Amino acid sequence: MSTTYGVEAIDETLAIHAGRPPLSVVYEWITTVDHKKIGLMYIGYALIFLLVAGVEALLMRIQLAVPNNHFVSPQVFNQLFTMHGTTMVFFVGMPILFGFGNYLVPLMIGARDMAFPRLNAFSFWISAFGGFLLYFSYVGASGLYAAGSAPDVGWFAYAPLTAKIFSPGHSTDYWTLAIFLSGIGSIGTALNFVATIVSMRCKGMKMSRMPLLVWLYLVTASLVFVAVSPLTAAQIMLTLDRYLGSHFFDTQAGGSAVLWMHFFWIFGHPEVYILVLPAFAFANEIIPVFSRKAIFGYPAMVAASVGIGFISLSVWAHHMFTVGLGATANTFFVFATMVISVPTGIKIFNWLATIWGGKIIFATPMMFSVAFLFQFLIAGLTGIMLSVAPFDWQLGNSYFVVAHFHYVLVGAILFMLFAAFYYWYPKITGRMMSETLGKWHFWLFLIGFHLTFDFMHVPGLLGMPRRIYTYEAGREWGGWNMIVSIGAAVQAIGLLLFVYNLVHSYFKGKVAGHDPWDAWTLEWSTPSPPPAYNFAVEPTVNSRRPLWDLKHPDDPDSDYE
Amino acid sequence: MKTANAIPIDELGETPWTLPYRGTVGMACLIVAEAAIFTIFVVAYVFYIGKSLSGPTPAQVLELPIFGTVCLLSSSITVHFAVSSLRKGNLRLCTANLAGTVLLGSIFLASTAREWYHLIHDEGLTIQTNLFGTTYYSLVGLHATHVVVGLIMLSLVLGFALAGRVNREHAEKLEVLSLYWHFVDAVWVVVFMVVYVLGR
Repeated sequence: MSTTYGVEAIDETLAIHAGRPPLSVVYEWITTVDHKKIGLMYIGYALIFLLVAGVEALLMRIQLAVPNNHFVSPQVFNQLFTMHGTTMVFFVGMPILFGFGNYLVPLMIGARDMAFPRLNAFSFWISAFGGFLLYFSYVGASGLYAAGSAPDVGWFAYAPLTAKIFSPGHSTDYWTLAIFLSGIGSIGTALNFVATIVSMRCKGMKMSRMPLLVWLYLVTASLVFVAVSPLTAAQIMLTLDRYLGSHFFDTQAGGSAVLWMHFFWIFGHPEVYILVLPAFAFANEIIPVFSRKAIFGYPAMVAASVGIGFISLSVWAHHMFTVGLGATANTFFVFATMVISVPTGIKIFNWLATIWGGKIIFATPMMFSVAFLFQFLIAGLTGIMLSVAPFDWQLGNSYFVVAHFHYVLVGAILFMLFAAFYYWYPKITGRMMSETLGKWHFWLFLIGFHLTFDFMHVPGLLGMPRRIYTYEAGREWGGWNMIVSIGAAVQAIGLLLFVYNLVHSYFKGKVAGHDPWDAWTLEWSTPSPPPAYNFAVEPTVNSRRPLWDLKHPDDPDSDYE
Repeated sequence: MKTANAIPIDELGETPWTLPYRGTVGMACLIVAEAAIFTIFVVAYVFYIGKSLSGPTPAQVLELPIFGTVCLLSSSITVHFAVSSLRKGNLRLCTANLAGTVLLGSIFLASTAREWYHLIHDEGLTIQTNLFGTTYYSLVGLHATHVVVGLIMLSLVLGFALAGRVNREHAEKLEVLSLYWHFVDAVWVVVFMVVYVLGR
C-alpha cells in the first residue's frame, strides 16, 4: 500500500462563532441536522431524564428502607416504579446510546455526517416529544386516583390491567403514546445507523477494518428493527383495544393476556441487548487504548456480537417461565438462554486477553471498564441461575430478579457509559475531565453500587416480591433493605460529583488537544471539538488502526493485513 | 507518547471505492422494520383463528377479493416499468406507467372500501364484534394504510412527472419508492393467504 501523510485544513468557520446573541445559538441547536449536535442533544436529554428517574429510584428506596413506612402512598409508589422503569429504558438508555453513536459513528468511519441528517433530527425530536408526553401525564392525565395521575401499570404493562375498565382515564394512553413515539424515533435512528455504516464509509474502510464500536452499533441497529417494531405493533393493538373496543387483550371476549406478554418480551429481551451492545462497544474502544494493545480476537468479537444479536431473538419467554408454558417451551427457552452466555463469554475472554500483558494505564475510563468486566460477569452468572426454569419459578418476580437486571443495567451499562464520558469528553468539549474528581466518582459509585445491588439479592432470596410498596417487620427484610437504600444514597452522591465534574471541566479542565489518549481511531485525528465538516479532506485508511499507521510509519498495521 | 494532529490520507488517492446507495439501504431497513410490525399482526390473526366467542365467522362473510388483488399485483409490474423506462430516459412511458400504478392502487383501495362497507353495513361485522373482526380490520387496515401512504408518494411523483420535473437522474430515487411499493404488494400476498385462504 502507499504511504500516508497528514494534512491540516484552514478552518474559517470558528471565527463566525464568537459573540453571537443567545437566541441565534438556541435557534441553531433546534434546527441543526449536524450529527454531533444531535448526538449531544440526545445525551443531554438522556442525562436530564437520568436525574429525574434517579430521583424516582431514591424515593422508592426511602419508602422501602424500613418496614411499614408511609413516606409515599401505594398509588404514588406504583407510579414511581412505572415511571422509573419506562424512563430509564426508553428515555435514558436508548437516547444516551443513540447519542454516543450519533456523535461517534460518522467520525469513526471518516464520514461527513449521517446518511440522512434530516431524518436524524426528526428521530431525535419525536423521541424527545415522547419523553415530554410521558411526564406531561403528571399534570395532563386523569388516572384511577383523581385528576393528574402518571401511568401506574408497571413498565411491562401486563394485560388486562391496561384495559379501559381497569385503567380508566388517560394515564395508560400517555404511556402507550410515549413509547410509540420513542419507538418511531428509535427505528428512524437505527435505519440511519445502518445506512451510514453501509454507505458512508471513507476510502479503505472495509467492513473488516471498521472499529468494533461501529460493528456493534450495526448489530444494535439491526436488533432495533426486529425488536422495537413488535412493541410498536403491540402499542397499536392496545390503543385499538382502549379506543375502538377491539379485543386483542380482552380476556372476556376470548382475547389472550399471555399474547401481550409474548409481544412485550419479544421486544423486551432483545432490548436488553440493544442497551448492552453499545456498552460492549465502548469497552472495545477503551480497553485496548488503556492496555496499549490492539484488541485481541477482532474477528471473534465481530462473530460473537452478531451471534448475540441472533440468539437474543429466541430467548424472550424466559421472562415468562412462571406463566406455565409447558415443558417443551420451557426447555427450549432454558437452552436458548444458556447458549447466549457462550458468545458473551467469548467477549469477556477477549477483553481479558487484550489487557493481559498490556501496559495498563489506570485512568478513570479504564477503572470503570475493569469494574464493568467484573460486574458484568456476576450479572451474567445470576442470569444463568435465573435461566434455569425451576430456579426461576422460585425467584421469578422477586427482588433477586430486580437485583440481577440492575446488575446488568447499572453495573455493566452505566459503568461503561461513565467510562465513555471520561474517554470522549475531551474530544467533544476540547477539555479533559478532572481525574481527581473522576476517581472520587468511581470509588463512591462503586461502593454505592455494591452496597445496593449485592445486598438486593438477599431479600429476593428471602422471598421479598418486587413492586410491593411496603412490608411487615419481622420478615428479616428490613436490615437488608436499609443497606440497599444507604447504597442508593452513596450512588447519588457519586452521580452528583460526576455532574459537577462535567460542568466544572467544561470551563476549567485542562486543554485536551486532538488526541489526549494516544488512541488509534479516526475521531482522534480531528480537532477537539471537531469542526462541523468533521474532516477537511476525506481520510483513507489502510488498516484497523489508521492513527497507529500515521504515528508509526516504520511499522504500520497495514503490513500485517 | 505520540499524538495525532493530522488526517490520514492516501497519497496516490486512486483506490477504487464504491458503496451501495444509501436510499436503497435505508428503504431495506424500513422494510425489515415494517415486516416485523406486520408479522406481529399476522401472528395475532393466526393465533385468534377460530377463537371468536360469537359470529359472524370468516367462512360466512368473506369473499375472495380476486379483482382487487389482480389490480394490486399488476401495479407492481407497472411501477417496475416506470423505473426501467426512466432509467432509459423515456419520460412519457415512465409517466404513463406511474399513472397506471396510481390507478391500479386506487382500484385496490376502492375494492377494500367496498368490502368493508359490505361487512359493516350488510353483515354487521365491526372491530368490536368479535376476535375475527378485531384481527381482520386491524390487519387489513394496517395494509390499507400502507397502500394509502404509497399512493400519496406515487401521486406526488406523478404530479412532478406531469409538470416535467422528473428526469433520468431521479431513477435511483424512484427505484427506492418502487421497493416500498413492491413490499406493500408482497405483504398483500401474505395477508391474502392468511385472511382469505388459511383463515376461511
